[in-house]
Amino acid sequence: TKCVHLSPVSLSEVTATSRHYVDRLFDPDPQKVLQGVIDMKNAVIGNNKQKANLIVLGAVPRLLYLLQQGSSSSELRAECAVVLGSLAMGTENNIKSLVDCHIIPALLQGLLCPDLIFIEACLRCLRTVFISPVTPVQLLYTDPTVIPHLMSLLCRSQRTQEYITQIFSHCCKTPEHQTVLFNHGAIQNIAPLLISPSYKVRMQALKCFSVLAYENTQVSMTLVNVLVDEELLSQVFVRMMQRDQPIDMQLTAAKCLTYMCRAGAIRTDDSCIVLKTLPCLVRMCSKERLLEERVEGAETLAYLMEPDVELQRIASVTDHLVAMLADYFKYPSSVSAITDIKRLDHDLKHAHELRQAAFKLYASLGSNDEDIRKKITETENMMDRIVSGLSESSVKVRLAAVRCLHSLSRSVQQLRTSFHDHAVWKPLMKLLQNAPDEVLVMASSTLCNLLLEFSPSKEPILESGVIELLCSLTQSDSPALRVNGIWALMNMAFQADQKVKGEIVRALGTEQLFRLLSDPDSNVLMKTLGLLRNLLSTRPHIDQVMSSHGKQIMQAVTLILEGEHSIEVKEQTLCILANIADGNTAKELIMTNDDILQKIKYYMAHSNVKLQLAATFCISNLIWNEEDGSQERQDKLRELGFVDILHKLTQASDPNLCDRSDTATHTSLPLSFSFSLHKTDAHKHAHCVVGY
Amino acid sequence: MSGQSSGCGFLMSVVVHGDSALNEQENELNQQLRRLYPAVNELETPLPRSWSPKDKFSYIGLSQNNLRVHYKGHGKTPKDAASVRATHPIPAACGVYYFEVKIISKGRDGYMGIGLSAQGVNMNRLPGWDKHSYGYHGDDGHSFCSSGTGQPYGPTFTTGDVIGCCVNLINNTCFYTKNGHSLVYVCLCPQPNLYPTVGLQTPGEVVDANFGQHPFVFDIEDYMREWRTKIQAQIDRFPIGDREGEWQSMIQKMVASYLVHHSYCATAEAFAKSTDQAVHEELASIKNRQKIQKLVLSGRMGEAIETTQQLYPSLLESNPNLLFMLKEGLPALVQKDLHFLFCCKTFLNLIHEHDPVLDQINLVFFLCPGCSPGFDGSCCNGVMSSKAHPSPHSHKPCPPGPALLAAAAELSSLNGSHSLQQPNASTDVDMEVDHFTNGVTESSSNGFFNGTSKHGAQTEDCDADMEVESAQSKRQLCGGSQAAIERMIHFGRELQSMSEHLRRECGKNSVNKKMLKDAFSLLAYSDPWTSPVGYQLDSIQREPVCSTLNSAILETHNLPKQPPLAQAVGQAAQCLSIMAHSGSGSCAFAAVDDYLH
Repeated sequence: TKCVHLSPVSLSEVTATSRHYVDRLFDPDPQKVLQGVIDMKNAVIGNNKQKANLIVLGAVPRLLYLLQQGSSSSELRAECAVVLGSLAMGTENNIKSLVDCHIIPALLQGLLCPDLIFIEACLRCLRTVFISPVTPVQLLYTDPTVIPHLMSLLCRSQRTQEYITQIFSHCCKTPEHQTVLFNHGAIQNIAPLLISPSYKVRMQALKCFSVLAYENTQVSMTLVNVLVDEELLSQVFVRMMQRDQPIDMQLTAAKCLTYMCRAGAIRTDDSCIVLKTLPCLVRMCSKERLLEERVEGAETLAYLMEPDVELQRIASVTDHLVAMLADYFKYPSSVSAITDIKRLDHDLKHAHELRQAAFKLYASLGSNDEDIRKKITETENMMDRIVSGLSESSVKVRLAAVRCLHSLSRSVQQLRTSFHDHAVWKPLMKLLQNAPDEVLVMASSTLCNLLLEFSPSKEPILESGVIELLCSLTQSDSPALRVNGIWALMNMAFQADQKVKGEIVRALGTEQLFRLLSDPDSNVLMKTLGLLRNLLSTRPHIDQVMSSHGKQIMQAVTLILEGEHSIEVKEQTLCILANIADGNTAKELIMTNDDILQKIKYYMAHSNVKLQLAATFCISNLIWNEEDGSQERQDKLRELGFVDILHKLTQASDPNLCDRSDTATHTSLPLSFSFSLHKTDAHKHAHCVVGY
Repeated sequence: MSGQSSGCGFLMSVVVHGDSALNEQENELNQQLRRLYPAVNELETPLPRSWSPKDKFSYIGLSQNNLRVHYKGHGKTPKDAASVRATHPIPAACGVYYFEVKIISKGRDGYMGIGLSAQGVNMNRLPGWDKHSYGYHGDDGHSFCSSGTGQPYGPTFTTGDVIGCCVNLINNTCFYTKNGHSLVYVCLCPQPNLYPTVGLQTPGEVVDANFGQHPFVFDIEDYMREWRTKIQAQIDRFPIGDREGEWQSMIQKMVASYLVHHSYCATAEAFAKSTDQAVHEELASIKNRQKIQKLVLSGRMGEAIETTQQLYPSLLESNPNLLFMLKEGLPALVQKDLHFLFCCKTFLNLIHEHDPVLDQINLVFFLCPGCSPGFDGSCCNGVMSSKAHPSPHSHKPCPPGPALLAAAAELSSLNGSHSLQQPNASTDVDMEVDHFTNGVTESSSNGFFNGTSKHGAQTEDCDADMEVESAQSKRQLCGGSQAAIERMIHFGRELQSMSEHLRRECGKNSVNKKMLKDAFSLLAYSDPWTSPVGYQLDSIQREPVCSTLNSAILETHNLPKQPPLAQAVGQAAQCLSIMAHSGSGSCAFAAVDDYLH
């Protein structure tokens, strides 16, 4: 009870002294006001409670008033800015209050004053406000004269350099911000600061370049040609990555070069990337580094090598990176839990970040090379870690885990072995039930690969009722999800039995199927045609599907062949016709459709060999010797002038085509080609998926 | 200690002179190796430069200056494996050692092994298979650590690849590199004296070594930078005494004693006062030493000898008096050496230039152009000044007043016909300025000498300055004076006889003999200043004399002949050399000089 009794008393005491400080700001004697501000400055340093009290008591508007008043002495104005800066150093709530009092425009206005000490105090306060996550960065850009003025202040002193570059690097969040800063000469103005004698200035300038160059081709392309003291900027960055430099500097310089490389300004085989940036980033992943540094290092490295298999290969052998990453999953360690609460807290805070960074880097490492994937899956408990990562509470970890799984799922061998052994499809299916779109895209892509014909997981997935889920994906607003949905269905339909095919058609609905055939996204269209082709395989299936949906399919085929589509789409469509021509009864749908026959004839004489080949397949199936009514069909086609075209094609330069037309003219080859067509097709599908 | 280290430097410089016959490429390699491994004393532990034609299996062929290795056996089974070691083991003082091997041809099967092995390990094997042997093998990419079965380690390697091997003698690890990319660490057994080793096993296998002849593909210097930073951080963070104030007062004592030792009386007084310490030597005594040192440093040897004999009558007794020495507790050798050293230096000065002022003491002393006016008492120092150098200005004479011009005229008449037309006359004027108007230049130089500390670069600059001057002035022996030359030769003979006397009495002293020989050889050159032995004429060479004399005086007063600070520095240096001997690699990155800014 004593305690309860005591605290309000002391609080009111504190408030009373605080009030005294504020009251003194209203003294008519300017000298006393100045002394009051100085006393206030000394009172608030390092005292968060005092700061909060003063804010509550309304010190901020008065300080701002004094700061803006032309009649205030420059000393007073500077002291006001210092006190405000000190208040900003407190809690996030302090910052919010300051921003609510319109401190930002007032301080920006203050920068127009010629007095350097005052400018520096304003900038220091602005810096503290802007680096806080609660401050809307947009406030820096509302007045268009601010950025050019800040650029002009860069030459004033090391302090202005440090604060301004720090403000820039925290307030450059979008491509628009990058453009504004770029257009106001950020590069020319900041580049010389990279060789400033002050470490802080060099560091903040470097950070500026990393945010400016990120995914920005214009900035990156400009950066590569910049000279600092007659040295190329990239070389300056390379020097900053030397091992005796502070880690923060090494890491940020590596980021700059990474972003420049990804933006296309530096080639991936440039020695400053291969021999400097990549090894530097690998070092950042080592156990000796702080957890934060390891996270950033891994993420940056993942980003750097994502598109380049050679970098992936080099990274995979450098310093045993693959094994080094396994350590990322060991936080919090069992030791830290018992011995050191502080350490445990630290570890816990970074555990998610570490895991997601490791998954990202594994995903990037394994995106192309089969040997690397094998190495990754053979890392201790790797598959278990992915499986548990898929169901972690943190979305970031789930996303990274599924990305990693997706990357590994491009391996036929892994699909057949480790994926099946660890039943990864189960958590994957669970993930698909309820997840943000970005997770869904990755998860459904992975599912596409798991549904490939040779994947042993295909059967259990089918039994888990995945078809409904995939059909619902095809109705998504996101083209990526629509593609993945229909793609997975296509893979599922490949060489499937009649029951599965029927289920797909029923669940999808013909209406949706034909809607997808006119989808604005050509990827969706391609995969839908692929699905159709897979549905129309093996003779009984062809006849069955065509008997129920023949009319609509012929209509859709006609429309596509007449429309403006890519060669690939047309080829796929002609392949569908070839499959239809392979049916027993379905054949007649073509033979009785003179329009279609004319189109086939047209494509047989097309300049593109692929289309000629596909059209020829179709004819070849129609005139097959050993089937009923082949004589009549041959007669009809001869009448229509197909034989002449086939004869011409036997002299064709393409050996494949030549062979095919030869077969067609002699009509002596067994049925096998229709099968082989599917085989080719299968190969193509698998290839597409794996490459996705 | 300081005498020891200067003796070492003496030897080293002689070696450098001998190197002039080496060809360009070898010089470049030497430079590169010295840059990479500055802590290695190659006189004790030479660095590997090529494969050894002796330490190899017979199936190994060497060519191209013993840098290319090819296989010339049958290569049928692993029993046909063959290795070669480098000429020398890796010195621990490297800290981090690195070499690269380029695969010129993988031959039939590409069974190449790159690595390390100790002396005596069977050469009929690939590196790594046996105890005290380590290797990274091209055919399977495995790492072999003293075992016939390798561990999966890195990628395989083949024709065109460059494989590196880096030994870290600080934490006893090693790692390999492939085409400039480092692979992971392997641990080494703490095993001193590992040799770079390469092994081949099938016909056609050819590899080239790079021990520093060419730039390395891997950025080894960057790796070394990291370790240098680590070691230095370790030193910086080394915990000092727990008890408060103890550390500080010890430092203060060291500083104070140093100042006293080198006779910076005013500074020492002020320092002792402000840090509340007692000075253990009388002020007058400090000032006496200061005076003698000043004379030696400015090259006025005659006066120096005279003053020394006045103040410390027994110190320079040329005939060793055993009783005296026992009484004084001075080792005979030191004293005799001291006098001998002194005389040699005098001789060198004789060669330098003619100074008539010192005729009185029956020896002719000459002043050198390198020594400038203004060695005022308060800025004269001992060891420290060895690297302190006059600024460019200090070479220039003060604007000569009428009195000086008169003095110059007087000099020229004394010297006969040569002097005034020669630029070196102006140097004489310089010296006269110093001699007669001591104190005029005091204000300009005072503080400068105290403040200038010894940056290597600065030293070089000044050396260059002096060389330029010597070239301009077309100096001649003894300022060209025939009489002076004769007196010098006479003095030389005296020296010679003194040396013989010393030898009879105390046995051979190779240092003395060498010193005399070097000094005499100066006479053989028409321009001794630019001759290979011209370094002796550098005023810097007077520093050891100065400090030896100073130490001897101090010893007669039962004071330490070395200040504790110098002792600490010497101990640190000695400690590093012991570390180098005992295989502790951190000594590579802890050079004492790095801390003496």
